[in-house]
Amino acid sequence: MKISKIATADPASRLDNNAKLINEKGLLWRLTDRASETRGKMFIYSSALLMIVAVIAITLFLMIQGLRAFVVDHLNFWTFITGTQWYPDRTVNPSYGAFPFIFGSMAVTFLAALIATPIAIGTAIFMAELAKKWGTKVMQPVIEILVGIPSVVYGLIGLSIIVPFMRQHFGGSGFNLLAGAIVVGIMILPTVASIAADSIRAVPDSLRQASYAIGATKWQTIWRVVIPAAGSSLVTAIVLGMSRAFGEALAVQMVIGNVTKLPGSIFDPSATLTTIITLSMGHSTMGSVLNDALWSLGFLLLLISYVFIVIIRFLSRRRNA
Amino acid sequence: MSSKVTNRIALSVIILCAAVMAGILVSLLSYILFKGVTNISWQFLTTSASPFLAGGGIKDQLWNSFYVLIITMILTIPIGVSGGIYLAEYAKPGRLTSFIRTCVEVLASLPSIVVGMFGMLIFVNYFGFRFSVISGALALTVFNLPVIVRVTEDGFRALSLHQKEGGLALGLTHWHTIKTILLPAAFPSILTGIILSAGRVFGESAALLFTAGLSTPDLNFSNWNPISPNSPLNLFRSAETLSVHIWAVNTGGIMPDVSRIANGSAAVLVVCVLLFNLFARALGKMINQKFSGK
Repeated sequence: MKISKIATADPASRLDNNAKLINEKGLLWRLTDRASETRGKMFIYSSALLMIVAVIAITLFLMIQGLRAFVVDHLNFWTFITGTQWYPDRTVNPSYGAFPFIFGSMAVTFLAALIATPIAIGTAIFMAELAKKWGTKVMQPVIEILVGIPSVVYGLIGLSIIVPFMRQHFGGSGFNLLAGAIVVGIMILPTVASIAADSIRAVPDSLRQASYAIGATKWQTIWRVVIPAAGSSLVTAIVLGMSRAFGEALAVQMVIGNVTKLPGSIFDPSATLTTIITLSMGHSTMGSVLNDALWSLGFLLLLISYVFIVIIRFLSRRRNA
Repeated sequence: MSSKVTNRIALSVIILCAAVMAGILVSLLSYILFKGVTNISWQFLTTSASPFLAGGGIKDQLWNSFYVLIITMILTIPIGVSGGIYLAEYAKPGRLTSFIRTCVEVLASLPSIVVGMFGMLIFVNYFGFRFSVISGALALTVFNLPVIVRVTEDGFRALSLHQKEGGLALGLTHWHTIKTILLPAAFPSILTGIILSAGRVFGESAALLFTAGLSTPDLNFSNWNPISPNSPLNLFRSAETLSVHIWAVNTGGIMPDVSRIANGSAAVLVVCVLLFNLFARALGKMINQKFSGK
């Protein structure tokens, strides 16, 4: 501003001013360059802050919305958690007992882990101990592709293969708890296997050599030395798989049968926290008691996934110590 | 039982496990592809879905899937990459850094339906975006951010320290070094990770259920004005993606050819994800060759 004023005011010293201008321009350029440094830093820092904001926002908003059922609608927290009657549509005395869903989620998660763990750990041992070449050349791509297959596709496969199989062999509609657990179990297989393989690979070779040197067979080495040494990381792999199984929604919803009663056996249809949310959220209006109860279930889901995170952190800290 | 016999049995069981795993993949893929590919035709890919009658296609759903993916990537990549740069370059060990790391971890392990519910609360209701492409893309951004952050951080950490030191020795500022030397060098490995994450985003359904919606307006593919309500480019229209379509058709579809549509859509979805995977793999291999100089 100042320069332009001088330039128009005194045309005689224009040449001098030009030189000044260039000089000024150079300064300006350096100034903007420094601004770019600050700008870049600002952008980087704000992106990092955004992660914190996202986590806090998710927790906070779900909490506010999730507590509405208890604060605004005065549902009793204890009967909500332990009640087994879920009849939100009843005009007289509607009841909101979420225990069947909590139980369903737990059952699906544990059964899925039960199905997935032996096969996944076996595959991991195969990849990391028995056939390293085959492991990296064949099994690694197999696992990566399996991880990439979308969960709805697993659900569709369950619907078109597992459900008819159940119907033929165990009667009923074929939609049941076990079908859900099998679908999720297959889904988490590759996740568990690849993390387990990593943790087995991390076991130092000297341990194996020592074991072979005292005359142990391959299996004895694996069972007595490698698996105990990989110990808590193997558990971490399983827990990670369980946390994925717990949060899976649509694949389970397609095969589990969606009955809001407590299942009597694993061959009964049932429901989980995620399936009831996917099914009822669309039909309920915002602010109704049913809607608030669903948000509470969502908040519960968030809390339980926090519990999984804490367990995983605890396990990995113990490993590092 | 002698230890040799136990050894033999145990090892056979382990090999069996691996065979089961490979068998699952082979049977899954062959089932989906054999059942589905026969249903895929040019006509299937280019007609709109019909709610009641047989013969509907997946044109709109396919377009929506790619559109949501692209918008998500436009939103995620700058934020995720700079978050990764922060963790790799700027973060000083301390409380704040470990807190940010925890946050990334939390975001990565949230169930996708929780992300969807959050998206519904904030983007759909609070910001008033309704069920729309932009709500879906924002929810998927939350879902995809931690992946990109991690990929970027790993990419930066894999670089040799010489490159950074060289830049700084020339008198460049830290940011300038990052921008002109480190980022281009780490770019290939970041790109591989981004393509892999694109496959994940492409198949995601639970987070989109409550954010992008279960319906699509009648799209007019000759109208590319992003403001008009039936334009494919409109950000504020609802958009059912392919994976949501598979779910919706199977749970509430009343058209007579449900299984044809579901199988065909699943095959298209799996082929797309496989292509993403193969592409990322080929790229990774190419880069590896280039850097190892073979």
